[in-house]
Amino acid sequence: MSAVSVREVTVAFESVRVFDGLSIDVEQGEFLVLLGPSGCGKSTLLNAIAGLLEIETGQIWIGERNVSWEEPKDRGIAMVFQSYALYPRMNVRGNLSFGLKMAKTPKAEIERRVAHAAAILQIEHLLDRRPDQLSGGQRQRVAIGRALVRDAAVFLFDEPLSNLDAQLRNELRVEIKRLHQRLGSTTMIYVTHDQIEALTLADRIAVMKDQLIQQLGTPAEIYHRPVNLFVAGFVGSPRMNFIEGRLEQAGNGLAFAVGDRRLPLDGYEFGVRPEAGRPATLGVRPEHLAANGIGNWPGFTAEIVEPTGADNLVLCTDGALSLEVRMPGERTITPGTPIALGVDAHRVSLFATGSGERL
Amino acid sequence: MTAAAPAGRRPKHVTWGRVGVYAFLICSAAFFLLPLWIMLLTSVKTMDEIRLGNILALPTDPTFQPWIAAWSQACTGLACDGIQVGFWNSVRILIPSVILSILVGALNGYALCFWRVRGADLLFAILLIGAFIPYQVFLYPLVRLFSVLGIYNSLAGIVVVHIIFGMPIMTLLFRNFYSSLPRELFNAARIDGGGFFTIFTRVMLPMSTPMLIVATILQVTGIWNDFILGLTFAGRENLPMTVQLNNIVNSAQGERAYNVDMAATMLTALVPLVVYFVSGRWFVRGIAAGAVKG
Amino acid sequence: MAIAIPLPARRRRPITRRLPAMLALLPAAFAVIVVYLGCMLWTVRLSFTSSRMLPTMDFVGFDQYARLFSNARFLISVQNLVVFGALFLIGCLVLGFLLAAFIDQRVRAEGTLRTIYLYPHAMSFIVTGLVWQWFLNPTLGLQKLVQDAGWQTFTFDWLVNREMVVYTLVIAGIWQSAGLIMAILLAGLRGVDEDLWKAARVDGIPTWRVYYSIVLPILRPMLITATVLLAIAVVKVYDLVVAMTNGGPGIASEMPAKFVMDHLFERSNVGLATACATFMLVTVIAVLAPWLYTQYGPSRRRTA
Repeated sequence: MSAVSVREVTVAFESVRVFDGLSIDVEQGEFLVLLGPSGCGKSTLLNAIAGLLEIETGQIWIGERNVSWEEPKDRGIAMVFQSYALYPRMNVRGNLSFGLKMAKTPKAEIERRVAHAAAILQIEHLLDRRPDQLSGGQRQRVAIGRALVRDAAVFLFDEPLSNLDAQLRNELRVEIKRLHQRLGSTTMIYVTHDQIEALTLADRIAVMKDQLIQQLGTPAEIYHRPVNLFVAGFVGSPRMNFIEGRLEQAGNGLAFAVGDRRLPLDGYEFGVRPEAGRPATLGVRPEHLAANGIGNWPGFTAEIVEPTGADNLVLCTDGALSLEVRMPGERTITPGTPIALGVDAHRVSLFATGSGERL
Repeated sequence: MTAAAPAGRRPKHVTWGRVGVYAFLICSAAFFLLPLWIMLLTSVKTMDEIRLGNILALPTDPTFQPWIAAWSQACTGLACDGIQVGFWNSVRILIPSVILSILVGALNGYALCFWRVRGADLLFAILLIGAFIPYQVFLYPLVRLFSVLGIYNSLAGIVVVHIIFGMPIMTLLFRNFYSSLPRELFNAARIDGGGFFTIFTRVMLPMSTPMLIVATILQVTGIWNDFILGLTFAGRENLPMTVQLNNIVNSAQGERAYNVDMAATMLTALVPLVVYFVSGRWFVRGIAAGAVKG
Repeated sequence: MAIAIPLPARRRRPITRRLPAMLALLPAAFAVIVVYLGCMLWTVRLSFTSSRMLPTMDFVGFDQYARLFSNARFLISVQNLVVFGALFLIGCLVLGFLLAAFIDQRVRAEGTLRTIYLYPHAMSFIVTGLVWQWFLNPTLGLQKLVQDAGWQTFTFDWLVNREMVVYTLVIAGIWQSAGLIMAILLAGLRGVDEDLWKAARVDGIPTWRVYYSIVLPILRPMLITATVLLAIAVVKVYDLVVAMTNGGPGIASEMPAKFVMDHLFERSNVGLATACATFMLVTVIAVLAPWLYTQYGPSRRRTA
């Protein structure tokens, strides 16, 4: 039994139909990330699960209950918002306890839960302050605290870190991961457009585009075996290199051909073996290009070198192709250095030109 | 998977709460529309019908005679030339007053915003506070002053009065607007060699269209609807429509011609109502800009 | 060896650079100095004289004020001001808020409703006064209508009833101004973070409670501003009275502003009139000063 089950859901949103029978199952205790660009429908899906948006067709199950018609407060969920949405004229304690007061929770229980949440999030010293006296990071902790006190089985996060600066974002990201480990059985559904957050936090990622789930899988799967061109390009920074070419017959197998270059594809796992001669796009990540002298693709020159401290991002070109390569930071590369690149057929991805589907 | 019935009640779109909301809103709408409706109805009835007393009854024999009478025959004090006299007076007051008060306000706002003049901020503060004070506090000395200057009871006098009393809100409007524009614009114009008035006429004023619209709406409504200033400063030949209207209705001898009264009232309300309905969202913007001070 | 270099004197921009700006601000300077300050001070000065039809620059101390506060017409006008003011204020705020809150519930035809509620504000107080005077006409208006409809004993002769005539002014005033308050508060409501509503729904807080505990506190500055604006309008009320009741019946609906105007022009008693005007000035300052202090005073806390 999954913790959250979305079945064949269609949402009508301001007279526009979003999702056409979308389904997804989230396991108990899982950290699922809905990842995608703006407008892909991830927030809409989250709001539908929360009950803030009505679904037209389909069902939403939380645990063993069909909650399709339930109000958000009765679904056993808690939610954290991008803009924190703290009640401005109440202090932190008030913010944490207001919902519980509404549910007529006994006072002792309210105090226990508030103290517990405050301890976990280290906001005990802020309990008497008001939101406008807190920093962004503190406000977000309080927002998470408000979710914690609800003792819900499912936590929903709607881009909670987008309003924070880069350093705070990293800190709170770790906090959220720590929280998930600590709470164990709590299921978390997290919406973001930041693929770093997705990769670091998720047990599984649902990559979305145009109200469709492009791929649902673990971060490793998403990263190493993207199911189409969009997922491959969206996840991973710097972006995967894409090379247009065609498949050629090479002995008993196929090879990828672009210009004068060939890459034998014997090590590549095809889904469905395509015919020779069809056009294809080769995708290879910058860190999967070896540049240590011997390579099957020689003849490149380093054009632009971007040192990032830990790595050097080198744009290598041979006149026709330009490829971004990640090299160790200790090596100094000067523009103009000849580079021989090594491409490993086990690590690349092949996509059909046109549909973008993985071959 | 079993298709178990969902927990909870099916969310209804029509709840008692929503019925109550709509009921309240519709009753309120009726409250607000009723006087207008009555005004319209009465203005097309004959006096016989009106004497019957049913103020909400539809006219059995609608006639525009009251409107014609109101426009050209109603008696305002001494003359009986109808309220058209007041209409044209109001127009003659309106046009220069609106144009000049907006211009002065824009100039003030511009000067306050971009040019450091000593004491200008204090000036502005006093101007704003002055907007709150009733006209009666300034009226009599102003009357004496205008007498001395020879513009009391004249068109020039009433226009000057409207400029003076329109200044606070016009200046506020434009000052807030100009401070929302990027200062780089002004700096670029300075570097290009522009002086005070050149920058105003070539750069700022052309960009002020939204505020000019809002200001025009505010001033047209305010000046057309004004009563006390027109009564005091315009002089007998220039009495605005509101003053004439009050004369027609409240200083009638004998039986009142209610239909003519209502027709005259509608005519007076026509201009600002048209402005209101045509301007739509701009009207609300004007209120917001005026009400949210500082 | 270190030499102490004196700081250069602050360079003043040449006055020619600022001249056009100063010229442009001349009308404003004239308005402020001559009218807003000068005329106001002169009115106060006149209230200490015995001026009748024309100003006499003598000094009679607080004579005029003594006369003022034993003048029946004035005393009634102040009483009316308080009654009218309180009811008008509360009525406009409550009705305006309810209209705004209900419209905020995502109702259909919102634009039409807003247009209907706000149009009275576009009309002159004279028009409003005359329309309501007609509507509440005892012989031909509301009273006759309801009586003819069956309720024979229904009376609504407030317009000619000394005790009740002030309330007719209140009704007409609220009719004119509630829409304005609605417009202001609706803008404020729209500025409330949407996520706040979502969070309240997830927390299970009923809608009315959200308005009461969360939204109203957010709207507080706007409510205060609206109250101040309304209060100022109350002190200024003149057109409405002239059109609707002309102070009648008798002097039952007199107002201070009308008192001033009558005594300035018809009754030719400048001294008494300016005393009343000064009274109005003091009242306005008494309302304005605390509000200005809380808005712009030294204890303005900067929000994070």
